[in-house]
Amino acid sequence: MPDVQLLADPRRECLIGSRCRRCETYYFPPEHRQCRNPHCGQAELDEVALSRTGAIWSYTNACVSPPEPYVRRNPFVPFAIAAVLLEQERLLVLGPVVADVAVERLRIGMQMELVIEASAAEDAADEILWKWRPV
Amino acid sequence: MSGAVIVLGVGMHPWGKWRRNFVDYGVHAARAALADAAVDWRDIQFISGAATMRWGYPGYVAGATIAHALGWQGAEANTSFAACASGAHALAAARAKILAGDCDLALVVGADATHGGLLAPAAGHRPEDPDWMRFRLGLANPAYLALWARRRMHLYGATVEDFARVRIKNAEHGVHNPHARYRMRLTMSEVLNSTLIADPLRLFHICSVADGGAAVVLASEAYAAKVARKQVRITAISTMTPQHQTTTPEMPFVAVNLSVAEDAPSHAASLARQAYERAGVGPEDLSVAEVYDLSSALELDWYEHLGLCPRSEAEQLLRSGATAIGGRIPVNPSGGLACMGEVVAAQALAQICELTWQLRGACGSRQIPGARAAIAATAGVFGHGSCTVLVR
Repeated sequence: MPDVQLLADPRRECLIGSRCRRCETYYFPPEHRQCRNPHCGQAELDEVALSRTGAIWSYTNACVSPPEPYVRRNPFVPFAIAAVLLEQERLLVLGPVVADVAVERLRIGMQMELVIEASAAEDAADEILWKWRPV
Repeated sequence: MSGAVIVLGVGMHPWGKWRRNFVDYGVHAARAALADAAVDWRDIQFISGAATMRWGYPGYVAGATIAHALGWQGAEANTSFAACASGAHALAAARAKILAGDCDLALVVGADATHGGLLAPAAGHRPEDPDWMRFRLGLANPAYLALWARRRMHLYGATVEDFARVRIKNAEHGVHNPHARYRMRLTMSEVLNSTLIADPLRLFHICSVADGGAAVVLASEAYAAKVARKQVRITAISTMTPQHQTTTPEMPFVAVNLSVAEDAPSHAASLARQAYERAGVGPEDLSVAEVYDLSSALELDWYEHLGLCPRSEAEQLLRSGATAIGGRIPVNPSGGLACMGEVVAAQALAQICELTWQLRGACGSRQIPGARAAIAATAGVFGHGSCTVLVR
């Protein structure tokens, strides 16, 4: 897995994954070693921009602060979490939901789009993380 | 590999919050298992430990650490780490050693002391580690448990009351288990009014952590033939990985390649099928099961993975009372992780202790009458899991 700042493209607001040249399986974080489909095994994969939108597969929230390396704000504010299915890639991507959308607003099947946010980590000024937001 | 190994003895250190070193719990459990087996430590030829990541080097080499603590006598030592399935892998290593003909007597030990609060990743800035990455995003273990639970509600109409019923059942079982950390009954309103942790899961829907130890003495059939007592046999252990395409999010990964078919065989169902095939038994033959109820919702998934009922019918099975002691197929007579608490290196072996006692008819007020066949099921991060079949 590459550095965090290489996982997303803030200009295009999308995640960077990879795709197998033979079986077209997608990976996130991008796989570079070989295709992990055991029926393929192709060594060549290309970096690709992943779809920005998908449907909620399931959702929850964090009511208590996760431990480090989660960067906790004081006071801790609960945040929603979504598992979103990127249809074309068949990738289920987990991530926090933007701060102003509470868990009560979420439904399975709801369309979500990706947001790239700068990390709140003081020790990683160039770090960027992804969040989901209702379309 | 076919053939059975004999569970000659089992032992535990009671689970709780004792604030002692993991070696204390391991030695206590090992001595109890050796005494139960009526085997002298000097006769053990292979010691198989489940590793703990919380105690530095001694924890990484837990098998050797316990061998040293019991007194070096030349036994071969092994340590297995497979996250929450570590005990099952340590057991599988000992079983393989015996079936390979290298030894007749093996001791398997797991012990740990887990700090309070949520399980956390190893320290340091390590963005290439999936376990670091998910915590950076804020995805602690309850988030995954809740994503699975919510999906179950969506697919099958499960309710938070169903999840609470699982916990109430296990709490009732745990009252009768002297090794359990929590021995108190719970009401529906106590569960549903406990603190929300990860919507829809509340504090009493999620298992806590604990300190404790568990140990098993395994013997070859040839050795055990010389010992006259009611014998419990392990007839299969499955520890297979998931498939490339999964049916659910997998801890600790932030993304998975999701199977196109929602009803594709799950990892857990595949583990069970392999164990049943190797043991030559089916779910209809079982008297009892011990499964990882990391959340009360997850226990419902296990009913289906293990084939105790068809998919989507776990709530019905629960509500019928079938999975309580006295029902058709009791699940977690020990009280499960809900009452025991997670002791990562020991919990898979604690299941073997409980099921051995059940198959011997030695469980007193939590005994399942006439228990003849049992299955133990575990799951762990990074694609780990196991199913073990025991019969008498």
